Amino acid sequence: MTDSIPRPESIAVKADHLYKAFGRRPHEIVKKLKAGKSRAEISSLGTAAVIDASFEVKTGEIFVVMGLSGSGKSTLIRMLNGLWETTSGSVTVGGTDITRVPAKELRDVRRKSISMVFQHFALLPHRTVIDNVAYGLEIQGMGRTERLAKAQTIIDLVGLAGWADNLPSELSGGMQQRVGLGRALAADTDVLLMDEAFSALDPLIRREMQEQLIELQAALGKTIIFITHDLNEAMFLGDRIAVMRDGRIVQIGTPEEILTDPANDYVAQFVQDVDRARVLTAASVMEPVRSVITKTAGPRAALRTMRDLQTSVTFVLNRDRSFAGIVRDRDVLKMVKAGETDLRSIIRDDAKAVLPETALVDLVEPSVESELPIAVVDEKNRLLGVIPRVTLLAAIGNVTTNTGPLPVVMPPATISISQITDILGDTADDVLFNTEGARA
Amino acid sequence: MTDFRLPLGSLIESFVDYITDTFGFLFGFIRALFDGAYESVEFLLGAPPFWAIMLVLGILAFGIRGWKFAVGTVIGLVVILGVDQWENAMDTLALVLVASVLAIVISVPIGILAAKSTLASNIIRPVLDFMQTMPAFVYLIPALILFRVGVVPGIVATIIFAMAPGVRLTELGIRSVDQEVVEAGQAFGASPWRILRQIQLPLATPTIMAGVNQVIMLSLSMVVISGMVGAGGLGAQVVASLNRIDIALGFEAGLAVVILAIFLDRITASLGGSDSRGLFGSLRRALRARRATDAMACGAEPIRATQPAGEPARV
Repeated sequence: MTDSIPRPESIAVKADHLYKAFGRRPHEIVKKLKAGKSRAEISSLGTAAVIDASFEVKTGEIFVVMGLSGSGKSTLIRMLNGLWETTSGSVTVGGTDITRVPAKELRDVRRKSISMVFQHFALLPHRTVIDNVAYGLEIQGMGRTERLAKAQTIIDLVGLAGWADNLPSELSGGMQQRVGLGRALAADTDVLLMDEAFSALDPLIRREMQEQLIELQAALGKTIIFITHDLNEAMFLGDRIAVMRDGRIVQIGTPEEILTDPANDYVAQFVQDVDRARVLTAASVMEPVRSVITKTAGPRAALRTMRDLQTSVTFVLNRDRSFAGIVRDRDVLKMVKAGETDLRSIIRDDAKAVLPETALVDLVEPSVESELPIAVVDEKNRLLGVIPRVTLLAAIGNVTTNTGPLPVVMPPATISISQITDILGDTADDVLFNTEGARA
Repeated sequence: MTDFRLPLGSLIESFVDYITDTFGFLFGFIRALFDGAYESVEFLLGAPPFWAIMLVLGILAFGIRGWKFAVGTVIGLVVILGVDQWENAMDTLALVLVASVLAIVISVPIGILAAKSTLASNIIRPVLDFMQTMPAFVYLIPALILFRVGVVPGIVATIIFAMAPGVRLTELGIRSVDQEVVEAGQAFGASPWRILRQIQLPLATPTIMAGVNQVIMLSLSMVVISGMVGAGGLGAQVVASLNRIDIALGFEAGLAVVILAIFLDRITASLGGSDSRGLFGSLRRALRARRATDAMACGAEPIRATQPAGEPARV
C-alpha cells in the first residue's frame, strides 16, 4: 500500500543520489563515501551532511523528511531549490535538472516552480504583511496593483484579513508564519518547501497550522515537502515520510508502514513514542471476520457457526454482502427452539460500524460503549473486518500481536457447546426443512 | 648595534616622488574637483546671513529629533556666534560635510564588496587597520606634497583617516543580516543585486548609519588636525592658539568644535534609528499609512475587520 489515490501520478521533485559535504575538499569526501567509508571515517576531512539521498515526490503529495537535528534534513531541503549546491547527484524540479543550470535559469525555476517557508519565518521586517505576501509576485515581475489584489486574496485565504497593512513585528508568531505561508502560496508554484515551518510555534498554534495546511493542500493540490524533527507532526501531515539519520535516509514509507514495519532499530526506537492511536487506522489493525453468516442462512446455521467458533454473537450480511447487524446466541437459540426461520426479526443494529480510514483514537469510545467488536465497513457498507477490544488495546499499546492460537476476539460463548448441539439435534429435521423453505 | 636598516621610509618617499611626477595631472584634477566641491558648500553655508543658517539648522534639528534638540542647536549656534567663530565654524562644517560625503561614498561600496567576498574582506581588513592606526599627521605629509597647501590635502587626509569605520560597519551590517531572510530572497528567485537593494541594505541600515556617524565624527577630529596644512576653519584657529599659547582663543575654537560635533552626532545617530521621533519620522509614518490605505483601495476588497486592541494608538 503505497498510495491510495488511483490516478496516474507524475513526479514533481526527484532527488537522485544526492551528496553534500562540507570541508576543504568536499568532492574527495564524497568519493570516499561512495567507496564505502562511513561518516565517522571521513570526519577528519570534513562533514558529510547528506549521504546518498534518493527519492521521488509525487505531484500533490505531502512528503515529510523527518530526522533529529544534525541529521542533514535542512541541508537536504536547501539542495532541492539550489540554495546550496549539491556536491554530487542531481535534483530535478518539474523536469529541470537544477544542479546543472546557470544561476539565471535557477532563479527562474525558483520563481515559477518552487517556493519555500522558513523556520523563523524570514519575513522582510521593513515591509507590511501585504507587501511580504506579494514579494514572490514582485520578483516574478507582476505589476503593483495586480499583485496586491492577488496578495489580498491569499491573505484572506490564510486567515489574516484585516492585517494587511501591519508590519510583521506587530503580529504573533503564528500569524507571522501565516504570512510566510501566504508568501509561498501567492508565488503560485507547484512545489512548496517547508523547513521546520511550524517548529517555532507553540503546540496549540502548531496543531491549528497543521490542520490548516492539510486543508489548503487539499484545496490547492500543491506538492509539499515538509521538514520536521517532530514525529507526531510527520505522522499527521505526511502522505509519505523519509526518516533521516546521520545524513542518510534510512526509510521511506507511509506513516503506517513506518510505524508497523520499521526498517531498523533506529526507526523502531524513534517511533516507539509516537501517538499510535492517531496514526494507525482501523484498516491497519482490523482482523478478518470469522463469525459471519448471510441473512438468509437461517438461525440453525447461525447457531452452528457460533458453536464452532465459541462466540456469543455473529455478524450478519445482506445478500449484497453489505453489513446488516449482529445476532446473539440466546436470541438464535430461542428462535431455533420455537422453530422460527427468519433471522431478520432478531438482528440487532447495536454493533458500531466505522470506515477503514478512521484513526484508532476514534475507536476508543465505541469500543467502551459496547463489548461487541467494531465492524469496519467501506463506503458501500461492505464488511471488511472487525476490531475487537483486545486488538484495539494491543495496537495502541504496541503489543506484539499473537503468533500463537486464536486469542479471545469475540465475546465468549454464553451457552455451552453440548447444549447447542443437543438443541440442534432435537430440532434437526424441521429446521432442515424450514431452512430449505426459506431459501426457496 | 649593527648597520642593519630597512629603507622603508626612503622607499615610500621615492614612491611618492614618482607618482607626483607621473600622475601630476591626475592629482591636479582631483585637487580641482575637491576644491570646487568645498568652495560650493562653503558658499552655501557662508553666503547667507547667520540667522538664515541658524533657522535652517534649527528646522533640521526639529525635523529629525524634536523641539528640545532644536532649541539646544540654536543655543549652541548662538554661542559660536558669540565667541566670534561663526565663519570659521561654517568653513569647518563645509570641510566636514565634503570629506564625510566623499568618505561615505567610497567606504560603503567597499564595505558591500567586503561583505560579499571573503577574499576581498581578508585583503581590505589589514589595509583598514593600517589606515586607522597610522598617526593622522603622517597622511598630511604626502597629501601636502601631492595636493599642495590648502583645503584639499586636509580633505584627502580626512577621507583616508575617517573611512575605515564606514567600511567596517557596512560589512558588519550586511553580514549580520539574518541569513534566513537572505535565503528567502534567493528562494523566491531574487537576483543578488535585488537582494542587496531590497533586503540586505535596508536591514543593515542601522549599522551602516552607525558607521556614517563614526565617519562624520572622525572627519571632524581630523579636520582640526588638517588646520596644520592650511585647511582653514576652526582647525586653523586651534593651531594658531597653540602657536601663540592663546588659552582664550583655543578654548573658544575648541568649544565651537564640540558644539558642531554634538550637533552632527545627534543628527546622524537619529537617522540610524528606524523610527525617529521628530517631525520627519512622523511624516514618514503618516505617508506609509496613507500609501497602504491607497493600495488597499485599489487592491481587492478593503477589509478592515480585526484591528488588535491598542494597536491604532501606535500609528
